[in-house]
Amino acid sequence: MNNLAVLPIIIPLVSGIILAFFPKKLNLVRPLSKIFMLINLVIAGYLLWTVFSEGSVILETGGWKAPYGIVLVADKLATLLVFTTNIIAAACALYAPYSLSDRKEQYYFYSFFFFLITGVSGAFLTGDLFNMFVFFEVLLMASYALIVLGGDKVQLRESIKYVFINLFSSMLFVTAVAFIYGALGTVNIAQIAERVQEVDQQGILTTVGILLFFVFAVKAALFPLYYWMPNSYAVPNPVISALFGALLTKVGIYSIIRVFSLIFVHKIEVTHGMFIWIAGLSMIFGIIGAISTNNIKLIIAYNIIPAIGFILMGIGVFNQSSVSGSIYYLVHDMLIKGSLFMLAGTIAYAAGTSDLRKFSGLIHYYPFIGWLLFSSGFILAGIPPFSGFIGKLLLLKGALANKDIAIVIIGLLSSLLILYSIMKIFINGFWGEKDETIKPVSLKGRIAPIVMLLALSVFMGIGAEFIYPFVESISTDLIQPEVYIDAVLKE
Amino acid sequence: MEFIILILAGVLFATAIYNLLQKQLLRIIIGTVLLSHGAHLFILTMGKLKRGEPPILADGVSEYTDPLPQALILTSIVISFGITSLLLVLAYRTATENNTDNMEQLRGNDNE
Repeated sequence: MNNLAVLPIIIPLVSGIILAFFPKKLNLVRPLSKIFMLINLVIAGYLLWTVFSEGSVILETGGWKAPYGIVLVADKLATLLVFTTNIIAAACALYAPYSLSDRKEQYYFYSFFFFLITGVSGAFLTGDLFNMFVFFEVLLMASYALIVLGGDKVQLRESIKYVFINLFSSMLFVTAVAFIYGALGTVNIAQIAERVQEVDQQGILTTVGILLFFVFAVKAALFPLYYWMPNSYAVPNPVISALFGALLTKVGIYSIIRVFSLIFVHKIEVTHGMFIWIAGLSMIFGIIGAISTNNIKLIIAYNIIPAIGFILMGIGVFNQSSVSGSIYYLVHDMLIKGSLFMLAGTIAYAAGTSDLRKFSGLIHYYPFIGWLLFSSGFILAGIPPFSGFIGKLLLLKGALANKDIAIVIIGLLSSLLILYSIMKIFINGFWGEKDETIKPVSLKGRIAPIVMLLALSVFMGIGAEFIYPFVESISTDLIQPEVYIDAVLKE
Repeated sequence: MEFIILILAGVLFATAIYNLLQKQLLRIIIGTVLLSHGAHLFILTMGKLKRGEPPILADGVSEYTDPLPQALILTSIVISFGITSLLLVLAYRTATENNTDNMEQLRGNDNE
């Protein structure tokens, strides 16, 4: 019993409510939002430190014992992701005033921003399946509001599809929860895992597991359910795209990791074997999308799909090395996608358009941004010694140990193509003839958050020796479901 | 009783899917509403429709109603209610801004 676990949910919620009282006073709202974000970051860091030194923090709300009441479970994986979420949110809070017009900021941007963090942290920390659905809805509600912020024609057009798809998959989620409740009589994740273990995951349970996978795959934008994602992530303001790209699809993949490392692990040849194929197809189709387009925001948005594919591949292979690779890659991808979306927004602002065919020679005006893009392309594709490399190395090592050669080849090839898709921006936009029509604009304040996130992901690569033991201890816990079950149910 | 309600949930799902596949925005919204109703009825039947006393621990009560599905449905209804109202506003704005409520014409094309 420790109230610490609820703080990463409560603090952003209260901050969002406080900021909703005076949306027009931007001089007050901006510094306040940064202070709240800092408090939240410190609390998340403290929670991370507590969990790694003393073990999982479990909060049984209202004093109801674990399987009966609502539990919040801050285990190692969840707190690591909550901490990463808060780092990205802090970078976005720094970037927001420069990226958004005053009018958009006044339309309750910061409130919705904090509600989004509430939902994401809640989805990571919750210990029962129905509350996961509720927190999904909390974050989706905030994202619906953010995606239409400004109300452009194209934003409205894309957001309506986004809302329909997410609503449909949410309703399927409720149906899947109902199935689980009907079959097992509980919605508490630890108890579900225990009961599935007792009956050795019979046919109906595997079916429900695949239904759940379908729901999470829609949220995570996996093949073949990704069609809604690239356009709707490319249309809103860059800071909102950065938040979405870094957090929303990752909540979906986190749920897959949680459910398929804890509950449905007794028929690995059916479920996890399927994941490897879906992961491979996600890589192929995502990267084809990224290469096919000339819109820089769309290129970055399409790059989410192969990254999610890589993470899913680790779950599909499911051994110690590949699961740590997945976790490493997940954190790396959150950092790099956040910075890449902000970078794409900055480039589009500097060039005046996001269409690659309409500008060139940007490096004459903005050399620093050019090199930032160049290095982030390297980080994304996994060139050693950056963070993407460590994650991919672990993943491929795990896959080779399991003799899944096809997925290793697909993974290596798609890494090359990922590098190509980023270099395409560099070659077409930054090299070439100096474009005389471009008027240099001040990019004050936009660079700092991007550099912050990139520096962190470079540190994740160079300081791998420092970070890897933590990731390894997470994956050790993940492949032994008993650790989680015992921590929650205690007996 | 459970059997009848399951069939009703199935009918709701079927009509919901039919409406979701239409091109007119308002019909799709009606489809999502029906879908959520189907899902709620489904939770209720999955918790088994036991008839008995309210779930309060007291002497002499052996048969009692399962409170959990009702709590889940209540939460879910509130959420779907909120989203439906948001969807109606969003659909109205989309239709006026784009001058059409036909999903066929609301398709995006690349590079704009």
